[in-house]
Order: sequence, then C-alpha cells, then structure tokens
Amino acid sequence: MARLNLLLIMVALACALSAVGANHRARKLVTELDASRTHMRGLEEEWGQLQLEQSTLAAHVRVEKAARDKLGMKPPAPGQIISVDAVAQQ
Amino acid sequence: MKSIRFASSPLLSERLPPWRQRLVLVVLLGAFATLIARSLYLQGINNEFLGGKGRARFERVIDIAATRGRITDRHGDVLAVSTPVRSIWADPEDAKLAPAQLRNLAALLEMDVRELTRKLASEHDFVYVKRQLPPELADRVSTLQLPGIHQKQEYRRYYPAGEVMAHMLGFTGVEDAGQEGIELAFNSQLQGKPGSRRVIKDRRGNVVEDVESVQPPLEGKDIVLAMDSKVQYLAYSYLKLALEEHRAKAGGVVVLDARSGEILALANLPTYNPNNRVKLVGAQLRNRALTDTFEPGSTLKPFTVALALEKGKVRFDTPIQTAPGKMTIGTATISDAHMHGVLTVAQVIQKSSNIGAAKIALSMSPEDMWTMFDSMGFGTPLKLGFPGEVGGRLRPAKNWKPIEQATMAYGHGISVTLIQLARAYLAFARDGDLVPISLARLDTPPLNARQVFSAQTAHEVRAMLEMAVLPGGTAPKAQIAGYRVAGKTGTAHKIEGGAYANKYVASFVGFAPASDPRLIVAVMIDEPSNGKHYGGDVAAPVFAQVMGGALRTLGVAPDAPLKPIVMTSAEPVKEEM
Repeated sequence: MARLNLLLIMVALACALSAVGANHRARKLVTELDASRTHMRGLEEEWGQLQLEQSTLAAHVRVEKAARDKLGMKPPAPGQIISVDAVAQQ
Repeated sequence: MKSIRFASSPLLSERLPPWRQRLVLVVLLGAFATLIARSLYLQGINNEFLGGKGRARFERVIDIAATRGRITDRHGDVLAVSTPVRSIWADPEDAKLAPAQLRNLAALLEMDVRELTRKLASEHDFVYVKRQLPPELADRVSTLQLPGIHQKQEYRRYYPAGEVMAHMLGFTGVEDAGQEGIELAFNSQLQGKPGSRRVIKDRRGNVVEDVESVQPPLEGKDIVLAMDSKVQYLAYSYLKLALEEHRAKAGGVVVLDARSGEILALANLPTYNPNNRVKLVGAQLRNRALTDTFEPGSTLKPFTVALALEKGKVRFDTPIQTAPGKMTIGTATISDAHMHGVLTVAQVIQKSSNIGAAKIALSMSPEDMWTMFDSMGFGTPLKLGFPGEVGGRLRPAKNWKPIEQATMAYGHGISVTLIQLARAYLAFARDGDLVPISLARLDTPPLNARQVFSAQTAHEVRAMLEMAVLPGGTAPKAQIAGYRVAGKTGTAHKIEGGAYANKYVASFVGFAPASDPRLIVAVMIDEPSNGKHYGGDVAAPVFAQVMGGALRTLGVAPDAPLKPIVMTSAEPVKEEM
C-alpha cells in the first residue's frame, strides 16, 4: 500500500512538473510570436516606405526629365515609326 | 496597601455566573461565522471585483493600430500610402530642461530655441512640440532621454505623384479621414478600424500569454483605381503646356476607356500639391471636370444628328439649306459666321453649322430631344461619390421655346460637366450603348450597358465625326499620325451675369482609333486669351497629343498608314458659336 502511494505521488509530481514546463514553453512561444508580429509590422511599414520611395523615384516627371536631359531622348517623329505588322505584310 | 499575589488572588476563587462564559463563546462564534460568510461571498458569489483587481495587476490591453489602405493605379503603382511618423509632445509640468538640453532638442527638431521655450512654457498638460517627424529623427530625440518629452505614433499620407493626380486622389485630414476625391469617395473601404487584444505581460514587458482578442483590427483595404498613371501624366503635362500657351484660366482633360468605361485619367488645372497644402485656395481644389458645368457648344451637335437619324427624320446625305447663314426663330436670330449654302447632314457636323443643327432639331419634338439628352446622362450627376459632383442643367421639355430647342441642338442653353460629355461620347465610340463609368479598375467587362442609339446610327455618326477631323473639317489639328481619329470641336461663349460675355470655353471630345475605338479623350479649356479661342485651335491639339501618347503607351495597333501627315496650309474651318 505504502509503495503504491509512493508511486502515485511520484506520478503526480511528474505531471505537475511537466505542466509547469509546458506552460513555460507556451509563454516563450507567445513571446516569440509577439516579437514576430512586431517585426512583421515593422517590415510592412518599411515596405510602404520603399514603395513610396520607388514611386517617387519612378515618377513620370523625373523619368521624362532624365530621358530628355541626361539621355538626350525624344519622341520619334511620325516618319521614324515603323509598324511591325506593316513590315511583315510587305 | 497590602500586596496580593496573583495566584492567591481572591478574585480567582470567585464563582462567575455561567451565562458570561456562554455569551463570550456565542459572540466569538458569531464573529467567526461572519468572517466565513464574507469570504465565501467574496470568493464564490461576488468574485468579479477581486478577480478584476487581480487581473489588472498582470493583464494589459494593447491597442493594435490599423493602417489606411493604399491607393494604386491599374498597374499597381502606389499613388497614396500611409507611413508611420512620430509626433513629439511635451508635458510642460515635467519638462524642465537645462539650457544645453534645450539647445540639443531645438537643433534636432530644427526649431528656434525661443520658440521651443515658448511652447514648453504653456499652461496646458499637453503640447505638441513638433508633429509628424520621420521615425529615424524621432529615435534620435528619444536617445536624448529628456524628462517630460514624449512621442506619439501617427500616420501620414504621402502622394508620390504630387500635383499630377491631386484632384483625382484628394487627400486626408489630420485624423486620417478622407476629405476630397478618392480618399473621400472610398473612405469607408480605405479606413481601417483599430483593434485591441488582452495579454499577460511579464516583469520585462514581454507578452507571455494571449488572453483574448477584444476586437480584431480591421486593416484598410487597398483600392486599385482604373487610372493609368502614365496616361494621367500625359494628360496633365499636355494640358499644362496648352494652358500656358493660350494663357487660359483653367482646363480639364478626361480619358475614358471606350470598352469598359473606366476613367484612365482625369486632370484639372489649376491644381495643388497634396503633400504640402499650406497655401491652398478654393480655385486650386476644384475638380473642374466633375464640379464645374459649362455650355458645351458644338460638341453636342452629334447627339442632335444621331437622334434625327434614329427617328428617321434625316439620312446622312439629306441636303439641308443653311443659306443665307441667318435664321430667325420668334424674336431671336441665330447665325453661322460663314455661309455654307446647301450642306448634307454629314457636312453639318463636319463644318459645324448652327443653322443646320437647328433645322434638324426643329424637325423633332422637344420631348424626344429631352428624352435623348436625359438618357445620355445630361442633367443628372454621375454619382461617382466625389464631393461637389453636379449634374448640369437640362430644363424640362415642356418649358422649351422653339428658340431654345434650336440653340440646344448646338449646345447652348444646356450645361454639362466635362466627364458627362466624355461619357456621352461612349455611345458613339461603342455601338450605340452607354456603360457606367468607373473609378476603380474593372476586371470583367461591364454588363449593364444601355442601348441609346442603334449600332447603325452610332457608325454613321462616327463616320461624320471622322470627317470633322479631316481637312475641310473644324479640327484637322486633332489628327494623329498612324491612327484614324473621330471627334468634335466646341467653342462656347461664357455667360456672365445672364449675358454672353466675350470669353470662351474651347473644347474637344473625340475617340480613336476610329476603326475600333479604344479611348475617349475630352478636353476643355476655359478662357483661352492669347488670340485663339476656337476648339479646333486650342483644345484639338491637346486632344491629339494626349490621345497619341496614350494610344502608343497602351500599345494600340495603328489603323492608318504611318506616313507623316501633310498639314494642309489652309486654316481649319471656323466653327460657329
């Protein structure tokens, strides 16, 4: 009888300890999840800022200015355009 | 006094009455029972209060901010985005800064030390020191670790395209709510709803357990517009050039997709920079294409002719006598500036004859004309959700006098907005049907098209509109190399104080390629005052530039030979007013 009681006490103790351990792990995971969420938010915000930067850099005003002034580009004159279909038909 | 030892105290030998012992016992038991009852009550029955107090020691409710949705164009280019910024605020009571600290802070914030001191001397508990700082700068402020100086997270809306799309997009106020344009029209979808969740935090402030989600946050939805930012830029820049060239007061351009009714571009001038709205006046804010009406003038003639064709009153080659270039109806006289003699119905459109249009109109009943104008959408706002959208003026047919019916045939005595005009031309660019126009990108073609003219009528009018752009018409300057173009000029006197003033509104509405229309471009230029004021001289070139650029941008196959156009030296036929 006493040995059975001892065994049951041991089992109960083991259960209790594993419950504590599981709880601890759960809390650690939640902390990790929370950190990841914060990180995600930060990345989303950064993405927004990068999109903004991209849009600013790729603004048509800027592109046109660069094309005309830096690269010396200009729209083709009507005679310079060759339609690919028209060439194929000839 | 005789001393008595306790053990031999005579009081001990005294017999006490038995009721005293019992009384004490009952009182003590009673007190004990009360304690048990109270603890049972607190623990078992009414445990809310203490439970709440306990939770308050370790649980925290954290707010989860929701960001406002982005606005992108049809290709996904970002047109409006919210990014986090931080505002620096101070509690003047606590913010007792040393002179060196003050100087540091002022230098970081690029503020005057005196101004900073003045702000910190405020009697309020809360003073904004500087709002909407970039996060990096705010971080540097927080490393100074100044007492009483705090930070608050906020969002700021940026519009990378700036003034090019200002009227279309609108802007948001300080509280991140839409105030104009798309920001207002789509506010309920763009705006997120902040949520909150309850968590348990440990000593170091880490979240260790999620208790419950009190209110899940609702992120603002992204809006994808029908707008093509490249076409929009073309529309804006050519309109700007034209306004400078003709020293005009204002102007607008609308580009519609003829197949889907999507608004590809909408530009107005004067405009403003939505990122910096310090010196803003009402004239800059107006989204003229939607909120300002004008008498469209001759751009309305094709509708009169289309109705007459539809009713079988005329054919495209029916001759109409426009000589002697004057016509008296009642007490009023209408006239053509040039005498054209006998014109066919098609030539009435090509040469833009007022007499011809009036004669065609008078062969029909006012009710029929009113019904046609109404079904084209004139007189009713388009209900796009934009603030201040108007419907123009279309008076009921029973009040029309014959002279009014005649002038309405060529677009006087009726007022429309530019976007209504562009939309009405959908009927000619399509096969006689009208579709609702859309601000948002459509992924499926619109289904609810409404037939207003027969396909036959639409094709005939389209052919007439093509003639107007060819030599001998009013708008050869609307031609585009490589594409067949159809369109109609309009030049209208402005009404000021009830009388027609010597000021004009030049307009042009057209579509291309004429063999299979893809785009409709409507141009309106208000008060051109550099010598030219005809729609064919002022508005048609803008049309050609915007349309040509847009067709090439969209990769529409040319439907005309790519030979350079030989401009006829002859001036375009002057249209009538």
